[in-house]
Amino acid sequence: MQRVKKRVTLPDKRVSEEAFKMNELKAKPIYLDYQATTPTDPRVVEAMLPYFTEKFGNPHSRNHSFGWEAEDAVEVARGQVAKIIGASAKEIIFTSGATESNNLALKGVMKFYGKKKPHLITVVTEHKCVLDSARHLEQEGYKVTYLGVKENGLIDLEELKAAITDETALVSIMGVNNEIGVIQPLKEIGEICRERKVFFHTDCAQAVGKIDLDVDDMKIDLMSISGHKIYGPKGIGALYVRRRPRVRVIAQITGGGQERGMRSGTLPTPLIVGLGKACDILSNEMAEENARIEKLRDYTLQRFRDRLEDIYVNGDEHARVSGNLNISFAYVEGESLLMDIKNIAVSSGSACTSASLEPSYVLRALGVDEELAHTSLRIGIGRYTTKEELDEAVDAICTAVERLREMSPLWEMAQEGIDIKSIEWAEH
Amino acid sequence: MAYSEKLIDHYENPRNVGSMDKNETSVGTGLVGAPACGDVMKLQIKVTPEGIIEDAKFKTFGCGSAIASSSLITEWVKGKSLDEAGAIQNSQIAQELALPPVKIHCSILAEDAIKAAISDYKTKNGAADVDAAE
Repeated sequence: MQRVKKRVTLPDKRVSEEAFKMNELKAKPIYLDYQATTPTDPRVVEAMLPYFTEKFGNPHSRNHSFGWEAEDAVEVARGQVAKIIGASAKEIIFTSGATESNNLALKGVMKFYGKKKPHLITVVTEHKCVLDSARHLEQEGYKVTYLGVKENGLIDLEELKAAITDETALVSIMGVNNEIGVIQPLKEIGEICRERKVFFHTDCAQAVGKIDLDVDDMKIDLMSISGHKIYGPKGIGALYVRRRPRVRVIAQITGGGQERGMRSGTLPTPLIVGLGKACDILSNEMAEENARIEKLRDYTLQRFRDRLEDIYVNGDEHARVSGNLNISFAYVEGESLLMDIKNIAVSSGSACTSASLEPSYVLRALGVDEELAHTSLRIGIGRYTTKEELDEAVDAICTAVERLREMSPLWEMAQEGIDIKSIEWAEH
Repeated sequence: MAYSEKLIDHYENPRNVGSMDKNETSVGTGLVGAPACGDVMKLQIKVTPEGIIEDAKFKTFGCGSAIASSSLITEWVKGKSLDEAGAIQNSQIAQELALPPVKIHCSILAEDAIKAAISDYKTKNGAADVDAAE
């Protein structure tokens, strides 16, 4: 036992020492992109390690102890995942991540119930994997309604009510938006859906561990969960599928019939153990963690506001998770800002940072002016963020914004009192 | 995105940032692009009575490539005649900065900006008719 442990930890240490020296030479980069992904918590890694080496069994092997050992670990993890959303273990289906969970929820439900109820309702600000699944369903003849959002990024419940028809099988609305961090009114949406006997799926990749979730209280029928957004490993996720009243889905990956026939494929025990552990940590620590992060977030925003004018927070300032700060720095284009703060890892809604050369569709859906969408940064605060890091980031960002504004003809015009909207720009 | 050293140098140490008095007759101003598209370039030239560009200034709202393209073109046009400056092609800028394909429009914008500045100067100095006749 001990020897195995040694073999695992020694090279690890050497690698991290080298990485540390490299960072000493360069300036140490600051990670503020926790919505993109999170580092795996060392406690999670520790829990996973034995399942790569000693406890490597196939959890589906029914006739020897290697299999039983792995199966036991999977079932413990299933319980840990279920606990954090108020579900029972049997309702958790493991997948490769939230993208697969969302695909399974939308396509799986629509294909099962679609003959009688071919209508799906979702929202324009959903993650691309939900929107793209919806588009595929549309191409196959299903009907999809895309609800808009209000200026604060939240849906209008009356609009949802009006959109539901007798043909609606499923409503899919995300818990927390990945770009702007706003929290949709899940409980109210659940009430509406249950009353109209429509299934409610919610993509909670960004919500788990950030807000309290209870599938019974919120009347949620399906929920997508991601491992790597909650300090777990990449490549693992889960779909909650309600058993009472039972929700049926058509499997999108077929084979050996694992996961009650909803998702075939050998379960990746180490990843599942990691996801379980990540949920277990959150069950114990999330309240404290989110309170700490919220303080950091408010402090950061205040520091920006103290130093810079013409900055705008995108998305509702109150109905939002603690770790998300999405700000438009008017008159400064996002990619040029990112270039100036190379040492700070954040995301931008600017067109130039996306493959499509279109500014963020989420910000556009909020009615944020295109010119402001180009100037947005998403600052993600998480478990390992320190006040010192945020101080350094705020200083670097403000200095960059000031430098780039000095270089910006739009800033110059604004200072001269010229209304940028009054100019006839040649769109190109 | 991987950028060339030259591009990064122009972005980090942009040449000729600033503004001139656009009402002065010796100054030509070009303002191109659109805020909604994510890039706006203002390029100004100061021209001697002999028709030589003695100074150039820019201000740009846009990505790093747009800033570098405008910085580079202000360097290039200084000391050139209006005809020489007007003959600069966007492909030369793209080549010099090794712009990735998705950023070629930044060099086009810089070419448009210098052409617009020259045309503004000519209009101001009564040469518009000559231009139109060409």
